Amino acid sequence: MVSDRSKLGFYLLLMPLLLWLVILIILPHIGLFVVSISEKVGVREYEMGFGNYAVFFNEPLYWRTFARTAFMSIFTTVLTLLLGFPIAYYIAKLTRGRTKTTLFLMCLIPFWVSELVRTFGWMILLRETGVLSNFLQNIGLVEGPVEFLYNDAAIMVGLVYTSILFMIVPLVTTLDSLDDSLIEAGYDLGGSGLSILREIVIPHAMPGIVSGCIVVFMLSLGNYLTPILLGGKDSLWFTDLIYTQFITRFNWELGSAFGFLLLGLSSAVVLLGLRLSRQSLADTMGR
Amino acid sequence: MIPTVPQSNALKWSYRAYVTLFFVYLALPLTVVSVFAFNDSVFPSLPWEGFTMAWFFGTEAPFIGVFNERSILRSIGTSAFVAVWVAGLAVVVGTCNAFLFVRYDFRGRGFLYILMLLPLIIPGVILGISILVFSSSVANTLEDATGLWFDGLRPGLILVILGQFSFITTFATLVISARLQKFDLSLEEAAMNLGATKWDAVRQITLPFLFPAILGAGVVAVLMSFENFNTTLMLVGSDSPLTITMFDKLKQGSTPVLNAVSLLLIVVSAALGLLSLMFQRSKS
Repeated sequence: MVSDRSKLGFYLLLMPLLLWLVILIILPHIGLFVVSISEKVGVREYEMGFGNYAVFFNEPLYWRTFARTAFMSIFTTVLTLLLGFPIAYYIAKLTRGRTKTTLFLMCLIPFWVSELVRTFGWMILLRETGVLSNFLQNIGLVEGPVEFLYNDAAIMVGLVYTSILFMIVPLVTTLDSLDDSLIEAGYDLGGSGLSILREIVIPHAMPGIVSGCIVVFMLSLGNYLTPILLGGKDSLWFTDLIYTQFITRFNWELGSAFGFLLLGLSSAVVLLGLRLSRQSLADTMGR
Repeated sequence: MIPTVPQSNALKWSYRAYVTLFFVYLALPLTVVSVFAFNDSVFPSLPWEGFTMAWFFGTEAPFIGVFNERSILRSIGTSAFVAVWVAGLAVVVGTCNAFLFVRYDFRGRGFLYILMLLPLIIPGVILGISILVFSSSVANTLEDATGLWFDGLRPGLILVILGQFSFITTFATLVISARLQKFDLSLEEAAMNLGATKWDAVRQITLPFLFPAILGAGVVAVLMSFENFNTTLMLVGSDSPLTITMFDKLKQGSTPVLNAVSLLLIVVSAALGLLSLMFQRSKS
């Protein structure tokens, strides 16, 4: 019974959704692509072509930075999974009631706070005059001040810190739904801790692992603050190249091409992850 | 490893030690940021020079406290302005979306749903530059055609609001949809049997039911807007929100006044976060 009135209601509800998606998501991305394939040939004169992409592949600094960003993001993802899994398992399986809620909240609180504040905290800890350097001098482990900031390890520490919650939350959710009796049965049948982890726990947690990894990879790849502030001038992060082309060099054509490459990589990884785990975007993200 | 299956003590204790270490790692940066807000020194680092509240209330240079530092106060105002607009828009559009996806079955629904989720997987920097490029080309076209100026489409607060709105709406939609799905449609039908129009029923029965989710989504939107950096960075004009101002100050070398702002941010965002959880958990 679709009356005219309810049809009107339907279109009224559809309008904001379409306006939002078309004006702020679809058209801007089409525009970005169009700019990325235009080459400047004169003042306000452009030609279509893939020259900007050619620049990317011909200039080692550009594609190496791209590859470096991708590899460091993969590394961050793996590290986050390895560090976060035991924590998620502890929260989901080894605690109950109030303790569980408290631990979970303690994980959440740092992530409500701005990423800038968290990174600032790491700067205070790691810099030459910082807390860690002073601590090591006081206990006599090192002689003079040590600079822990502005290297890849500092970037990793910051990236793992920034993204670990997005690993822990999906893991806790999936591990929560694993029935303890399955693990008991595994032990009854003579399984060792390791074989149970491999054959029961990890397969069950797979959806959580995949969605956690996707989100963490995406966040690291697109991160700007953490690599810039903790890695300093030589952080060589791809988002910084995009920023430089757009804001400093005012070369929007090249910057758009960079942006599209980053978007392509990030989407490819998301699709691959979903394909591998046979999940849909709606299941993974639409929680 | 579960409680009902015995494990060696060594394993149990090393596991506990790891979990403890992890929470120390989580708490460490926020703790040092907060502690150094009270250090009586112009650098946010050791040595500890004694306790002071000057970084909050100080009036004499170099000890100018947050509450007397104009640039920071102004950027807090800017952030609040942006956050209110973003939250308002996101909640209204999110509520419409929730009704659309939960109540209607139409052709292309699955496709639109995926499209609605896309902003979650687009890196914030890309979202920012795509909106920047698009709005500038629209502005150029309009200016060429009319000879008028369209400053609203140039980097500035309007673009910042639109940029943040473009992905925060997805979160609002998901939060509000989740609650709308739990709503018992027979309540609305009962209201209509008693003579209410469809709109009356929605307004007096369904919307009050959704209210906790709407409020929760609003709080989350404010929180996300306040701390957004990537998208904002690309769209910001001359009025910068708090995160951008702090970033600029941080790059120039910081004084503990940034610690003081950070401490305030930590307290406020933790409170808002807990508040949003309360709204989402309140009786369904």
